[in-house]
Amino acid sequence: MSHDHDHDHDHEPIDEPAIALRVQALESALVEKGVISHEDVRQRIDWLVSRSPADGARIVARAWVDPEFKGRLLADAREAALELGLDPGPSPVVVALENTQNVHHMVVCTLCSCYPKALLGPPPEWYKSFPYRSRAVSDPRAVLGEFGVVLDNDIELRVVDSTADIRYLVIPRRPAGTEGMDEEELAALVTRDSMIGVAQPREPVTA
Amino acid sequence: MSFAAGQQVRIASRSHDGHHRTPAYVKGQTGTVVRIHGTFTNPETRAYGEHGLPKQQLYLVALSSDTNEKVLVDVYEHWLEADE
Amino acid sequence: MHDRGGWPTDDPIDRAEHELADWELRVDAIVGALAARRVMNVDELRRGIESMSPEEYEHASYYERWLYSVETVLKEKGVLD
Repeated sequence: MSHDHDHDHDHEPIDEPAIALRVQALESALVEKGVISHEDVRQRIDWLVSRSPADGARIVARAWVDPEFKGRLLADAREAALELGLDPGPSPVVVALENTQNVHHMVVCTLCSCYPKALLGPPPEWYKSFPYRSRAVSDPRAVLGEFGVVLDNDIELRVVDSTADIRYLVIPRRPAGTEGMDEEELAALVTRDSMIGVAQPREPVTA
Repeated sequence: MSFAAGQQVRIASRSHDGHHRTPAYVKGQTGTVVRIHGTFTNPETRAYGEHGLPKQQLYLVALSSDTNEKVLVDVYEHWLEADE
Repeated sequence: MHDRGGWPTDDPIDRAEHELADWELRVDAIVGALAARRVMNVDELRRGIESMSPEEYEHASYYERWLYSVETVLKEKGVLD
């Protein structure tokens, strides 16, 4: 993937589909009209490619080791992210959903694809797909089953449909056998899918 | 109209011509307010280039359910009614 | 068409990962730049996508829908010819 090269707009891309040319034409037209600049687009691309689940994982790991941080996180996840020096993204409100012994959360956007990409990176294709968007709210346990997650019957499954500009981040449960692990080691267990709510975090590797 | 956390509400079942963020599957359902998010611009007008003012209170509503599966959805105040 | 919650389907969820192509990143970036410059907001983007015909909506890829929306809304607003 070649988004590290400086985009000289005189060069003709080779083997890119027609749509890439359409995008270039759009950008050129907008820049020519002074609506946006190439620099705006470059900076934004740089930001997008810098996004990954590592930031979300740091938040989760800190919440696992620091109950007071967790309290602040559950009250205002946007502020909590800023506290760790992380970029919570443009959404004015980010809400953390804590999985517990009794409750498991799962996030969907049935209307489009709303997703905390500042903290998790770009959403996976399946999150934006029609089957996920339709079945997450009508048959969530079956959807979890497809992802390999089986919840005990007595666990309440809460599916959160982010229909507005609130971004939701699931805080998965800390796996057993992780006592004495430091934050970095704990963060490595936290997967993107566990912060969407369709997976549990990784189990610690027993030596 | 404003609502309190824990309050029982009903989501309006009206149709709306044009952009709106109340999914069909939630319209007409009852639920409980679980979180008060604060006020936000109204997407229904902002989608057509207007400012989206006045801002509307946004609520996270847990739809009523007999099972241990619950759907929670963000709903704007002008789509909610008190449910006695 | 965009309102998919509870839409009846037996389709399994395809979990294949898909890295974003350059053009897709660029579309995302253009949308972000337009929003930051207050030329086109996210509600307009969504509304533009929703204005696609059902057939187009079903067959377009995710960022093709975004591109359609930007072109349509900006033409409507007289920003693009």
